[in-house]
Amino acid sequence: MGSLFEYTFVVKSLLGALFASITAGIVGTYIVSRRMVFLSGGITHASFGGIGLGYYLGVNPVAGAALFGLSSALGIEYLSDKGRMREDSAIGILWAFGMAVGIIFIYLTPGYAPNLMGYLFGSILTVTWGDIIILGIMSVVLIFYTILFYRLILYISFDESYARTFTNRVGLFKYLSVGLTGLAIVFNIRMAGVILIISLLTIPANIVSLFTRKYSRIIIWSFVISFIGISTGFAFSWVTGLPTGAVIVFVLVIFWLLSHLMRALLRRGASKNTSSVTLK
Amino acid sequence: MKSLLKLSDLDAGYDGSVVLRNISLDVYPDDFIGIIGPNGGGKTTLLRVILGLVKPLSGRIDFSSGNLRMSEIGYLPQIAQGDTLFPVTVEDVVLSGLMINKGVFGRMTHADKRRAREVINDLGLGNTIGQPLNELSGGQLQRVYLARAIIGSPRLLLLDEPANFVDPTFEADFYEKLKVLNQRMAIMMVSHDVGTISSYVKSFACVNGTIHYHPHDKITDEDLRAYGCPIQLVTHGDVPHVVLKKH
Repeated sequence: MGSLFEYTFVVKSLLGALFASITAGIVGTYIVSRRMVFLSGGITHASFGGIGLGYYLGVNPVAGAALFGLSSALGIEYLSDKGRMREDSAIGILWAFGMAVGIIFIYLTPGYAPNLMGYLFGSILTVTWGDIIILGIMSVVLIFYTILFYRLILYISFDESYARTFTNRVGLFKYLSVGLTGLAIVFNIRMAGVILIISLLTIPANIVSLFTRKYSRIIIWSFVISFIGISTGFAFSWVTGLPTGAVIVFVLVIFWLLSHLMRALLRRGASKNTSSVTLK
Repeated sequence: MKSLLKLSDLDAGYDGSVVLRNISLDVYPDDFIGIIGPNGGGKTTLLRVILGLVKPLSGRIDFSSGNLRMSEIGYLPQIAQGDTLFPVTVEDVVLSGLMINKGVFGRMTHADKRRAREVINDLGLGNTIGQPLNELSGGQLQRVYLARAIIGSPRLLLLDEPANFVDPTFEADFYEKLKVLNQRMAIMMVSHDVGTISSYVKSFACVNGTIHYHPHDKITDEDLRAYGCPIQLVTHGDVPHVVLKKH
């Protein structure tokens, strides 16, 4: 039994790491490049309201989170797009509102109060095969969406105003991208947790941005770094019993520090070469 | 000669307020028109109407006489909105000028990339092709946006204050390049610097709520007064002066 459990755990962990890394690569690059990290934080925290609602209604909390995450992502984009509200204000309101709604519904849920730690900080133990399948489907959708519409996504994100001169589908693709971002974030909550997922999306793309300014390369290398970081985090978490999400973030932050160190060394090497050429 | 573009009795504006009234203008294939006028007079709106970004409230835009297609219009906006910290290279940005012919899938071919290299080299940016935008100077950036506007070999080039951020040493070179481009495309160029552009444009259009076409490359204070088109004081260095004719 023990070996079957271990085998299932390892397979689930590896698949979870793979799919979460695809999200980190594609969505992470998108939100970091578009400077939407705060918006992503808003989406994750707003989705906590859906988790509470799910518990209260007795349905899958992830379904509730998806509903809240998607509507908050599209809502924030709509409000800022129409200039009716500053984006940061809209995010701040939805951020706190989602958390408040979640806490109220969980409080109102009759019987045993559910363990929220898994949702807040992530735990591979709470991830079901259903979650893995949804994450897998989400990853496939993200890959196809990015490959098929790579240039359009790139140019709309870079210069929306100019993009309007060559396509009248700017609005459609903006909402599609933000909607997919919202869903991808929510489906990763079980793994990394509401509070920690933002670092999973932000750190790998930030690390790669130190070494390249090409969007496609940032996606690919963020995926690689995430996969190594998440797998290492899982292994440590399993061995030490520490919360998975927290360990993953810890590992990624170490990678981030090492990458800064590496970049500094590379720059020092480059400047030494330059000065020696100058001296000659 | 057939006109490329014909605007007839056009009114346009935003959110119910009319910015341009009764605009009529014919643009010919070899035109180089300097669009001048005070701030808020509707110069940028005029370009945006031609691009289809602002829908006219009434009147007509006719592309048919010169068989001009929207994909044959190049555009350099007044202040490019592009986020210079966004991870795109010079080549990526220039290639975006071809997107109008590519549809939503936007696949770029080897020929497209070759064309991008040609345009980038022509504008003296050859060594920046793989560089991110945040490593370029303001003048280089403006040339990148010009490359984006002309990569599709447009027949009509719309430029909104293109010499913004271009350092004075490159400004004359920049306008000379436009003069060469004018041999194969019509150009409409918004500028506040009437004195400088009068050496390059072939005619003026004064836009101040409406339009007055001036079919000569020199324009005087009296002309501007007659057109109801006051040019505001602008600053060159520390010395403010009215920009009129050559200085």
